[in-house]
This record gives sequence, C-alpha cells and structure tokens, in this order.
Amino acid sequence: MLNIAVIIAFTLIVIAQVLNLYRLFNGPSLPDRILALDNMYIDAIALFILVGIHFSSKAYFEAALIIAVMGFISTVATSKYLTRGDILE
Amino acid sequence: MNIALIALLPLLGAFIPCLFYNRNLNAASAGVIAGFSLLLLLLQAPAVFSGDIPLYTRSWIPAMGLTFAFRVSGFGFLFALLVLGIGLLIVLYARYYIAAEDPMGRFYTYLLFFMGSMLGIVLSENLLLLMVFWELTSISSFLLIGFWRDRTDARQGAFMALVITAGGGFAMLAGFLLLGHIVGSFELTDILAAGQIVQAHPLYPVTLILILAGAFTKSAQFPFQFWLPHAMAAPTPVSAFLHSATMVKAGVFLLALLVPVLSGTALWFTIVTATGLITLVFAAYMAMFKDDLKGLLAYSTVSHLGLITFLLGLGTPLAVFAAVFHIFNHAAFKAGLFLLAGIIDHETGTRDILRLSGLKKTMPVTAALTVIGSGAMAGVPLFNGFLSKEMFLAETLAPGLTGAWSWILPAGAVLAAAFAVAYSIRMLHGVFWGKPAEDLPSHPHEPPVGMILSPAFLMAVCVLVGIFPAFFAGPLVKAGAGAILGPDMPPYHMAVWHGFNMALILSIIALAGGVVFYRQRQRLFDAHVWCSRNLDGKTLFESLVSQMVHIGEMVTGYTENGSFQRYSALLIGSALVLGVSPFVRDSAPFLGSVPLTIPDPVTLVMGLILISAAIATVVTHRIRILSIIMLGTVGLMVSLAFSRFSAPDLALTQISVELVTIILMMMALHMLPRITPKESSSCRKWRDIVLSVLAGGGAAAVMMAVLTRPFDTISDFFLAHSVPGGGGSNVVNVILVDFRGFDTLGEITVLVIAGLVIYALLHNFDITGPRTDAQGYPWSRDRFPIILVNITRPLLPLALLFSVYIFLRGHNDPGGGFIAGLITVAVLILQYIASGIVWTRPRFHFDNHVIMALGLIVALVTGFGSWVVGYPFLTSTFAYVTLPLVGKFEIASAMAFDLGVYLAVVGSIMLVLVKLGTINSSDAQIVSTTFQREKEIQKEGH
Repeated sequence: MLNIAVIIAFTLIVIAQVLNLYRLFNGPSLPDRILALDNMYIDAIALFILVGIHFSSKAYFEAALIIAVMGFISTVATSKYLTRGDILE
Repeated sequence: MNIALIALLPLLGAFIPCLFYNRNLNAASAGVIAGFSLLLLLLQAPAVFSGDIPLYTRSWIPAMGLTFAFRVSGFGFLFALLVLGIGLLIVLYARYYIAAEDPMGRFYTYLLFFMGSMLGIVLSENLLLLMVFWELTSISSFLLIGFWRDRTDARQGAFMALVITAGGGFAMLAGFLLLGHIVGSFELTDILAAGQIVQAHPLYPVTLILILAGAFTKSAQFPFQFWLPHAMAAPTPVSAFLHSATMVKAGVFLLALLVPVLSGTALWFTIVTATGLITLVFAAYMAMFKDDLKGLLAYSTVSHLGLITFLLGLGTPLAVFAAVFHIFNHAAFKAGLFLLAGIIDHETGTRDILRLSGLKKTMPVTAALTVIGSGAMAGVPLFNGFLSKEMFLAETLAPGLTGAWSWILPAGAVLAAAFAVAYSIRMLHGVFWGKPAEDLPSHPHEPPVGMILSPAFLMAVCVLVGIFPAFFAGPLVKAGAGAILGPDMPPYHMAVWHGFNMALILSIIALAGGVVFYRQRQRLFDAHVWCSRNLDGKTLFESLVSQMVHIGEMVTGYTENGSFQRYSALLIGSALVLGVSPFVRDSAPFLGSVPLTIPDPVTLVMGLILISAAIATVVTHRIRILSIIMLGTVGLMVSLAFSRFSAPDLALTQISVELVTIILMMMALHMLPRITPKESSSCRKWRDIVLSVLAGGGAAAVMMAVLTRPFDTISDFFLAHSVPGGGGSNVVNVILVDFRGFDTLGEITVLVIAGLVIYALLHNFDITGPRTDAQGYPWSRDRFPIILVNITRPLLPLALLFSVYIFLRGHNDPGGGFIAGLITVAVLILQYIASGIVWTRPRFHFDNHVIMALGLIVALVTGFGSWVVGYPFLTSTFAYVTLPLVGKFEIASAMAFDLGVYLAVVGSIMLVLVKLGTINSSDAQIVSTTFQREKEIQKEGH
C-alpha cells in the first residue's frame, strides 16, 4: 500500500519539478524565476522525505530539514537583491 | 638537552624583546637570553677543554637522515663563544646606537633570531640540521641588513645578500646530500671519520665544488665578494656582528669543519688556495680606496676572510692552526673597529674619511682604541693580528710548495699585508690626525660610556692576546684547532718573539711597503679610478638581475596574458591530450564486465533537469543574476543526486555550500556590471564549446569505463575501522576529523588564511553599487520589510539549536562541524539581511577574527593533547559516558577537533561576508567603527 502511495507521490513531485523548470526557464520576470527555484527547494524536501520512506532510512530527514532552512534563506537573499540590490546593508 | 638549548634559547626567545615598549627592557631581555645561552655554553667548557665532544641526539625525521643533534666540539665552542660574547657586547652597544624612533624591540628580535641560527650552525651534529640553520642565517641576516626598511640601499643590500647567500646555500644543500649519500650518514661524527671514502669516491669533485660554492658565497670570497660591502647599509652593530664573528665566518667555519673530510687533494688545494689568495689581495687593494669607513672595513673583512680561506686551502696542520687563531683574532679586532666606526658615525654624523679629520682632540678615547684596532688589523707587533699574520706568512714559505706556487704565495701574501698596513694607516691617520674638521654634520664628542664599553673590551682582548697569546688565547685555539686536526695537532709556538726568521722579514717588508703605499696614495688613487669603472660587482649583479627580471617578464607576458579563458583553454586542452593519449593504442573494450543498471524514472527526470539547468547556466551567463539562479538549481539537483546514491553527508554539505556561495555571489554581483559584455569571437566560442564538450564527455566516458569494471575500493577499510578506530559510525565524519584529521587541519588553516587575506584586500575598499535596479527604477524604499524582520528573529534560536544538533550527531550520523558551521553562518547572515548591519552587528558581542583564531587554536590544542599522553599528533580517543536524563552517549576527543573546525568555519566565513557587506554601505561602516570604539571604551573602563 505504502509503495503505491510513494510511487504516486514521486510521479506528482517529478511532474511538479518539470513544471518548475518550465517556469524557471520561461520567466517571464525575475520574481517568477525566483519563485520557481523556491518551489524546487520545496519539492526537493518532498523528494528527500520520499527517498527516506523508500529506503526506510532516517538519514535523509536532516537533509530535508537543511533544505528547508537554506532554501528559505536563499530565496530571501535573492529577493532582497531584487528589491534593494545590496543584500547586506 | 643543555647543548641544544644553547642554540634554541635565542631562537625561541627571539620574540621576547619585542614585547616591551621600554628600550632598556628591550636590551636587557635580549642580554639575559644571550647571557643564559653563554652560561650553558660555559658549562660545557670543562668537557671541551679535556678533548671530549658532548653530544645531544634526538630522532627527528629518521627516514631522511635528519636528526635533531647537537655537538660541542672545541672548534664549535670557540665559535659559539665568539658569537655569544660579541653578541652580548653588541646588545649593550646597540642599546645606545639604535635611535629612539627606530623599533628597538624588533631589532633585538632579529638579532636574537640571527644569533640562534648562527649558534645552530656551529653546534649542529647533523649536516641537514646545519643546513636548516644555515638558511635561517640567510633569512635573519636579510632582516637585519634591511632593518632600515625605508632606505633603498638597505633594501638592495639585503636583497643582494639574500640572493647570493641563499643561492650558494642551495648549491651547498646539493653538496651535503651528495656527501651524505657517499658516507651513508648525515652525522658529522660519521662524516668526519670518512675522509678517505669521500675522496676516493667518483662524486668527490662535484661534492667539493657544490659545498665550496656555498661556503664561498657566504664568506664573500671572490667572485662573490661584492655583496658584503653593500650589506654595510645595515645599522653598524649589525655590521659589526655579521661581518666579524658570525655570518661571513659561517663559510670559513664550514671549510674548516670539513677540512678532515675534503682537504688534502690537489683539487681542494688549487681551488681553495687560489680563491683565498685572489680574495685576499684584491679585497685588500680595494679597501685602500674606500672613503667610507665601513666600506673600508668591509673590504678589509673580505680580505681577511680570503686569508683564512687561503690558510685552510693549504691544509697543513700549522696552517689550520693559524686559520683558527686568525678567526679568533679577526673577530675581536674587526668587531671592535666596526663599533668604533659606528661611534664616529654616531657622534659626527658622517663616516667619510675625506670629511673627517683631526678627531683625536675631541675623541681621545675613541682615537686610542682605534689605534689598537688598526694596529691589530695591520699586523703590528704587540697586537693580536700580528701573531696570526706571522704564522700565515710563515706558512706561505712552507717547504711543501713547489713550482710557481713557491713564489706566488709569499709575494701575494706580502702584497696583501702591505695593502692592509696602508688602509689601516689611512683609516687612523685620515680620521684622527690632521687639522680638526669644521664642517661636520654634528659637533664631535665622546660617546656615552655604555657605547664605548664594548669596543674597549674587545681592544683589551686584542692587546692581551697580542702580548700574552699563550695564556689568553692558547687553550681556546688549541681546543678549536685540535677538534679539526685530531691526532695531527702540530707543535706550535705562540709568543710575541719567534726569533729572527723569514716570516719576520716578510712582516717588516709588508709594514714598510704599507707606509710607502700610504705616502704614494695619490698615484694609486689615479690608477684605481680606471679599475673601479670596470670592476664593480654591484653593477654587474644588478644588470644580471634586471636582465633575469626582463626575461621573466617576457616569458610571463607571453604565457600569462590575463585572459582567464585562455588559461582554462590551455589547462583543459592539455588535460585532454594527457588524458586521451594512454587510450590511443589501447585495445580493451570500452565497457567492462559489470552490467549497466537501468535508471529509475525519477532519477532520469531529475538528471534531465540537472543537465538542462547546467546548460541554462551557460546560456544565460551574460545576465548574471539569471545565471546564478540557474546555478542554484544545478546545486539543488546535485544534492538530490547525492542523496539518491546514499551519500546524505555530501547532500548536506552541498546544500550548505550552495547557499553560502549564492549569498557571496549576490553581494559581489551588486558591485559588478549586471550584464557581461560580449568578448568572445565566434571562432573562440566554438573552440570553447568543443573543448568543454570533449572534456566533460571524456570525464563521463572514463567514469563509465571505470564503473563498469570490477574494482576494489578502500571504502571497506574505513567501514571496518570507523567504529573501533575512531569511535563513530559516520564514516565520512570519522575520516574528516580522525583518519585524515591532519588534512582537515591544513584545510581549515587555509580557510582561515583565505578569510584574513580577503579581509585585508577588502579593507579600505571603496565602491558603490548602482542607484537603480535593472529596469532603471529606484530601489524599494522598504529597506527592512517588517514581516521579514519578524519572521527571521524567532528563527535564529531554532536554527542555532538545529546547528548544535547537526554538530553533536556528526560523529555517528550525517552532520559534523563543517556543516553545522555553515548552518550557523547562514542563519546569522539571515539576520544581517533581514535587519541590517546597523541593528545586527552591535548585538553580536564577539569578533569574527577571534572566533576564527579560537577555532584554529582549539584544533591545534586537540592535536597537541595527544602528544601530552604520548601518542602521535592528532591521535583521537573516545569513551562512553552515562548521564542521568541523557542516557549513555559517547565523548570523542575528535569532537573537540570538530569544534575547532566549526569555529574556524563560522569565524572566517562571517568575517568575509560581513566585510563584503560593509564595503559599499556607508552607514554600516560607521556602525562597525563606532562598534569598535565602544569596545575600546569598554576596555579602558575595565
């Protein structure tokens, strides 16, 4: 049962990643692309968790956690660059 | 141990004088250290005088034959006594000589550093160890000669001395290695006993010439004599020390030391004797024409070194005895004369013999002492120089010499001796006699007592040895020469009166000739003007150096034109050629026996995303911000790949590094043009595309070929030993902090250095970013959006807790100091981004420099800790501890090391990022300076 759920989830997330990629490449504006990258981070968290479930391993949980922290900061930094140019002021 | 300490005390204590701001304390601390060393040396005196050679040996790098071994032979004792004795006098003298505005602490630091290196040379038992000290003298003398670093001549002189002596040292190292190869040991005791083996060996001539090159450059023998006079740009105490007893004597020390091994062959005799004789005569001749007091003394030094070299070249027991005696005598009178020249310079403002005149009225004590010194230098009876010069003249008449040597040697010797008399008279008469000079820069007067004490002591030695040689110098010289000659010690006679013999006649001829030369000096000067135009070593050296620089610039200009594309094209191109060439004739199938796996659909799609994002990074590279976003995607996909293939540790690291890189790039991007201009021609573009496709495809192909073949990895070793050896089940972390801890130590050191360098480069860097965004709209006025501020602040403690968690679990699960450090950096930087430097900086009550340094110290201390309990550097240990509430957990010493890694990472990256953030915002700079000021006020308050 879990296996089927994991497979479905994998499929959906991968489709989401491809759509993210489309938005990333096509924009049209910079905020669109930044959002696309941010979405990719979030989907990556899902992928990590799914990999963990798939391998029945706890080792991937922290990686997902780190992406959650780092992806957020990365998006903040990029957005700050867009609005102010200078990210440390 | 005491023996090793003689040399190590000044070396290790060199920094101490630098700690004081009081000039008396500077001098006193240097004096105490040198004094202690001298005391340790004198403790060895009874053993040395009874003929023993005290040894101290500890293994250092046995595989290379390098031992940490010291010996006190009679000869080494004599030298060490000179170094320390004269060194102490110099310490006293320099206290009064070095001006108040010069950094006196630094002077004494250099001096002690030099003293220790020199002692190391004369007391080393191992040739390689001796070489280490030899190079240290080159470096420390460079620092001393260039002490007045704002003066061009000082810098040039120091540079020349370093190039010549270090170049010679290089040759000598090669010679030593050959010698060690021939003998099979680098221990002096073994080498000195192996003279016959060495001389019979086919490599003997090469070995000899290489070692002589080192000794001759150091001792300023012809044709390398020219660096020494230019080294006179040093402060006079330095000249007195370097050019009387130490630096330049290192060369003759080495020659004398190796006499039992290398001398006795025709090759040795010809090269060493001829070089010595040429140097002796030529330098004595040059000395007559020097108007600068120190220049005169410098050439005289070169000449006397030539005399000693010459005696060693003869190699007969009596000649060696005379050489040792002259080393002692020359050190005494030349050091004294340099110090007196320094006094004259100090009190009158000039050292020009043409301007100085009639000083004996105003400086009677100095005059009297100079009379003694120049008497000794000229070889006048009743002074010590006379005795060794007599021995020297007698040796030139030795019956063993045949053919042309039998008259060239005595003739050259007498000529040089006559020149010596002439320049000694010139120095004395020109400065102190005649009518008093009136246009001197300052009014001449006697120096302070402290300054005159040192030369007075040395002159007293000259007179006492001159009159009672057997009593005052006999035992010392006997021990010194005895150590070289061993059982061949000749019957010698040290007394003022040797009877009426040939040597005395030659002496008288030389004295008379010198007086004649001095009276006829005007004619000599005219003849000399012609020579000096053509024979200046400095001009030759400089044109040689400038030509070398020119050629170097040409080569550099051709290969290094500043185009990064070109470098990488060359690099990748040659890597391709080298990488492909082994496969050209290889007939093995491309794929091995291991079957290929079919990738699952998720991996396949993610791989495609990775590839397209990578291509997009290149395609969008002109619009830089876009390219960075694409790069972020690539990084994310790579970390996913790591986790897919069971490397969660790498995934963690990849993500953390990715973020820090993106922040760094954003900061840099703000100060750079937004659009990269088009630079590549289409031709070059195609070249680059072809190269990159070939390189990338090639690497992939090699990977594929390797991975489809069965192979053994070293992973099994680490997997098997991780828990029993390092006490952690996270193999990656155990490798980082334990198995390869030394590498990690090196890496964090590099990180810290890089942080410091970036900080220094960005200091006072003034640049402002653009005023509008890419579309030409002004920046948003909302500098610190309130929502962002309020979200990020509560995040800080949570994220820090997370980094602590990642740190603590690192030894057994994915994580560790490096990743935890990056997380900490990321969340701290987030505060800066969200709330601004003005708000954030004052709230961090610590200095990034300090954290960074602390990290290195913690890592080092952990490493040294294992020494304390008798294990090799960085050996780790672990134990299991049970605490209430927490339960059983593990404590590993590697954890402390990991803490060091953590702190170093946090400190250095924060240092760089915050510095980069402050350079273009003026109010942030104001904050950081006010912050510093507040801290200073706090300190003063405490």
